[in-house]
Amino acid sequence: MGTLEFTLIVWLGALLAGFLGALTGLGGGVIIVPLLALVLGVDIHYAIGAALVSVIATSSGAAAAYVKEGYSNIRVGMFLEIATTLGALLGAALVLYLRAPTIAIIFGVVLIYSAYASLTRTHHEVKEQSPDRIATWLRMDSSYPTPHGFESYHVRGVPLGFALMFVAGVLSGLLGIGSGAVKVLAMDKAMKLPFKVSTTTSNFMIGVTAAAGAGIYLSRGYIDPGLAMPVMLGVLGGSLIGAKILVETKVRVLRMVFSAVIAFLAIQMIYSGITGRL
Amino acid sequence: MGALLRTGVVLAASLVFAGGVLYLARHRVPVTNYHVFQGEPAEYRTISGIFQQALALRGQGLIQLGLLVLIATPIARVAFSVFAFLYERDWTYVVVTLIVLGLLFYSLLGSHT
Repeated sequence: MGTLEFTLIVWLGALLAGFLGALTGLGGGVIIVPLLALVLGVDIHYAIGAALVSVIATSSGAAAAYVKEGYSNIRVGMFLEIATTLGALLGAALVLYLRAPTIAIIFGVVLIYSAYASLTRTHHEVKEQSPDRIATWLRMDSSYPTPHGFESYHVRGVPLGFALMFVAGVLSGLLGIGSGAVKVLAMDKAMKLPFKVSTTTSNFMIGVTAAAGAGIYLSRGYIDPGLAMPVMLGVLGGSLIGAKILVETKVRVLRMVFSAVIAFLAIQMIYSGITGRL
Repeated sequence: MGALLRTGVVLAASLVFAGGVLYLARHRVPVTNYHVFQGEPAEYRTISGIFQQALALRGQGLIQLGLLVLIATPIARVAFSVFAFLYERDWTYVVVTLIVLGLLFYSLLGSHT
């Protein structure tokens, strides 16, 4: 295969991955890694390096769209970023010591969880919470715009949220993904943030977390220009198209179909890891 | 803040695209073997090396420079937040943001080989 053909194939795959990632809300990173590793036989370290830079592109692009609408909670995001960046540094360091099959198995398990979490995530309304001592001290309580004007909310469960965010950071640095599913778990379930606030704040954080991992990947030589170029351009383009369609259509059925595809990819990853095909 | 992120992503994507065109125009040889992990040579993984290659208008150097801009975009946003919190005299969050910024600089500038 010539360089041009290879680049075009990777670009098309990344376009599809970015598109599906935006529609399912999982992000393009989790789909491009199995695609590169399983279908094109790319070493998983290169695949993860390329995915990580595409995660920064999509998250920054999406965050740029939301930032002025007043949903994201900058204080919560910034405080939790201590946990995610520390985690990402640890995760990126761990990659050195783990063999490709081990990484593939961890990847598959996280992928299945992410697909499951995105399907079962409900648009719950947050009930009135009582103030929390740590959150009050950190001045995290805020308000967000709703159809009936600004509504204030209290933040809870800071230590548990912080711990979960550390895990999200480790997975991001280790697997080259945004770990949106774990971030949302921390902010929805542990910290009881309203749906829109947790979604947008998580978007804002994903780019910073991925940047922490990507710096290490770059200086270790895991980011190959010939591979990262079509991956980054493809995932970015695909996610922009996906985000447009997401606004215009109801995608419940599509999401279920794609989640099934993702679960299939995940099982392939685990199987390939166990049999040592990767 | 949104403009900063958008500019960073657009600039990064343009550099990567321009580098990609140059790279594809000059690389007709069979594709690099990605199945075996070798790691990139020094000129594509250090900041000084990447700048040298990009200034020499090497396709791969331009791509890596674009990716460097991309990595720097969220970092720049965190750096701006330091000033925003300083302006509000919110010292707790000035410290919080500086810690995050320090970790990001350690990742990008520290030697990890």
